Amino acid sequence: MLDSILNILPDLNKAFFETLYMVAISLGVSLIVGLPLGIILFVTDKGLLFENVWIKQIAGILVNLIRSVPFIILLVALLPLTQLITGTTIGPTAASVSLSVAAIPFFARLVETSLREIDKGVIEAAVAVGATPWMIIREVLLPEAKPGIVQAITVTAISLLGYSAMAGIVGGGGIGDFAIRFGYYRYDNTIMLTTVILLIVIVQLMQVIGDGAAKAVNKR
Amino acid sequence: MIEIKDVTKLYKVKGKEIVGVKNVSLTIDKGEIFGIVGFSGAGKSSLLRCLNLLEKPTSGEIKIDGISITKLGKKELREERLKIGMIFQHFYLISAKTVFENIAFALKAAGKTKEEITSKTNELLKMVGLEKQKDQYPSQLSGGQKQRVGIARALANDPKVLLCDEATSALDPNTTKSILSLLKSINKKLGITIVLITHEMEVVKEICHRMAIMQDGEIIESGDVYNIFANPEKELTKTFISSVIQMDLPEPLLKNRKGTVIKIQFKGAIAEEAVVSELFQNFSVKGNILHGKIEYIQETPLGIFIMELVGEEAEVKRAISYIEGRIENLEVVKKVA
Repeated sequence: MLDSILNILPDLNKAFFETLYMVAISLGVSLIVGLPLGIILFVTDKGLLFENVWIKQIAGILVNLIRSVPFIILLVALLPLTQLITGTTIGPTAASVSLSVAAIPFFARLVETSLREIDKGVIEAAVAVGATPWMIIREVLLPEAKPGIVQAITVTAISLLGYSAMAGIVGGGGIGDFAIRFGYYRYDNTIMLTTVILLIVIVQLMQVIGDGAAKAVNKR
Repeated sequence: MIEIKDVTKLYKVKGKEIVGVKNVSLTIDKGEIFGIVGFSGAGKSSLLRCLNLLEKPTSGEIKIDGISITKLGKKELREERLKIGMIFQHFYLISAKTVFENIAFALKAAGKTKEEITSKTNELLKMVGLEKQKDQYPSQLSGGQKQRVGIARALANDPKVLLCDEATSALDPNTTKSILSLLKSINKKLGITIVLITHEMEVVKEICHRMAIMQDGEIIESGDVYNIFANPEKELTKTFISSVIQMDLPEPLLKNRKGTVIKIQFKGAIAEEAVVSELFQNFSVKGNILHGKIEYIQETPLGIFIMELVGEEAEVKRAISYIEGRIENLEVVKKVA
């Protein structure tokens, strides 16, 4: 048993870094795009800084649209876009495109939810002080929602780890794909168990780090 | 200083129109502390929030220092808001920022430089007595300290007006007193106009110069605080005042009185002692003080006494008319049986 684990180690190692690569890229992209999108979803709501029914509706529908498509279908449906952006449709980089697209609305909704938890009075007090909307976003909304946003990053990263298992369809590789190909399809329980345990450890680790970070930034 | 002209604020809730403020006109003078009193839902909060346009009035005009704020554009309004400070019942501090940063936020909004922000913030911290707490977060402060931060933030840009939205309602009586005396000293030292809303008459009695009572979105009575306390006209006003000056005798006590029970109110400079002692010198009645209290409103005494007069009926009558000649406020609570 130990032998078979040792045998797969190089492959597993490669898979581990592929997973890391895909999750890191798509998490990065979803933060960069999803954070502003989440803020837009929040501030365009009724009675808020940039109340705008149209933007709110369009952004909301777009987010729901992407979120309702099963990832595996999204992965295939986005192949033309992937080709356009990365010049290829296979490999971890290509898989990162669909992963990002799936994670952006997911993360945006989580950001919106954590912004919604801020007491409206705090925002109002900032308005009464004469602060500009931009200043309110930067100095009130983001700091106040920071613990929630950190938690949202954790949840998104863990979800991406799960989604990345399906990246095997487009030859993305990664631990999940490794587990399916070597463990599940070949009925090799040792490999399957090893990889699953590895995934559990990674998820636990992410959660612990995320919770710790959220606690550290929470001043409430 | 503040001119409110025919301000009406309507809310639409589920297609229904609800009146928040109804045709309110009010002038608040420079440098005074003006109190608006009413039960919750009376519209006082809506009215206050109209003064810095947190709520936009449905109709009417509001002028502050000659500037019609209801006609300002977004940018001008923001600049005007720098000059109108506001504090809240629940403080509404930024929990992720320290005491120092919370105050500095207001100065940053005014586009001050770093040096200006640091020196002004330190000055404000000193004024509200929170120098030691400058690096603490709001969650580490007591309610009173939080409100002090709120006050410092509101005063950061040397406003002309300070709006207080139930500023002491979440505080215990002692803390309330200290916050009120802080507001009073700010008013005196800086000459800032303060508009406060509250449901606590005690607050008005303590610091306000003039007041208005609101009911169902309308101002039903307004004027000098002392005069309103001495001569309330409307039923609601009397209810509010009785919450501070409770002068009712217990029913069984009143029942057992054999003489005529009268209630006299002394205002300001009238030497109550003399009136009472002259009464006993000139008329052959015996007096029995059942209840008495002197309240100081704006440092002017307002005395209320409940007395029982025992003696010949005719003599008692003459005695009463003698007092009526000297004091304008006399009420016969119980006539002799």
